[in-house]
Amino acid sequence: MSDPKDESEAFRKARNGRNIAMLIGLLAFVALVFVVTIARLGGNVVASNGF
Amino acid sequence: MLKTTASEFDPAAGVAAPARWQDYVQLLKPRVMSLVIFTALTGLVCANVPLNPVLAGMSILCIAVGAGASGALNMWYDADIDAKMRRTRDRPVPAGRVQGADALALGLTLSLFAVGLLGVAVNVLAAGLLAFTIFFYAVVYTMWLKRSTPQNIVIGGLAGALPPAVGWAAASGTAPLNAWLMVAIIFFWTPPHFWALSLTTGDDYERAGVPMLPVAKGEPATRLQILIYSLILIPFALAPAFTGLGGVAYLAIAALGGAAFVALAARLFLTKARTDAKRLFGFSIFYLFTLFAALLVEHLAGLKPLALRI
Repeated sequence: MSDPKDESEAFRKARNGRNIAMLIGLLAFVALVFVVTIARLGGNVVASNGF
Repeated sequence: MLKTTASEFDPAAGVAAPARWQDYVQLLKPRVMSLVIFTALTGLVCANVPLNPVLAGMSILCIAVGAGASGALNMWYDADIDAKMRRTRDRPVPAGRVQGADALALGLTLSLFAVGLLGVAVNVLAAGLLAFTIFFYAVVYTMWLKRSTPQNIVIGGLAGALPPAVGWAAASGTAPLNAWLMVAIIFFWTPPHFWALSLTTGDDYERAGVPMLPVAKGEPATRLQILIYSLILIPFALAPAFTGLGGVAYLAIAALGGAAFVALAARLFLTKARTDAKRLFGFSIFYLFTLFAALLVEHLAGLKPLALRI
């Protein structure tokens, strides 16, 4: 096919892209769980008239 | 347990391009996802329950990711079929860019996350309905019906029809008649929509050995079934005006669009022309979109539903 050097470069680039996508996905999930926790917590605090 | 052809599918032997993250996004069928987001949002809004915007957004996100996950499971299992069809052979798994096992892992992981998060953050009914939707699409439709019966997309269409009920359940914790009416509209819309498409894709399904109606029963039978399902669809599309779901604008769109829908189906039945199949396919998308858009706008604008008495 093409030059093996070019090919490993393409694989490295693709792997970096996948890693960054994975990182963003995981951070987004953490943020999501945090936001949902606050939202649920807030609703229950209001409902219980705790404050 | 499972068919080996799909799970151990060997992409056109040789060196394939490396998997980019975009390939994994493609596994989630983003275009199907956008329709799911739209119908689920309509169900969520029509429930008419004041909802924390964060939790509403969460619900839509979980439903969208769940739909995407079932797309990945479908692409894992159907890689052998997809490789034989022009329309689908460039998908990441048959093209060899993503391994079948990776698509399976992505589908299972996202399914668990979407259902789990929806259950924890919103409610168990919505999570249960989402789990059932994914199971129905990936197992009942993809693994079982698709390869075995010409009525595959009629029954399998239930998976694509469920998102408004999931959205409604997410908002209210219940799934009343009006939610299931929205499900019924998509359910009876799917056969004429999909068969109109399959009349235009030529011999793709025949080559792949999938018993789609035009392949199994012939094109005249398909055109007749399209007409029959179109006639069944119209009363369901009109029903929301009688059950306190749709208003004046909805009724007008459902009636005028429904008349045009049946006219196009009848025309396809008489002319047998491929261009008429294309026309019906295009119009079917427009019709479903405007029906749900009308419900969405009416509820967002606070317009009163009709609730006509028969």
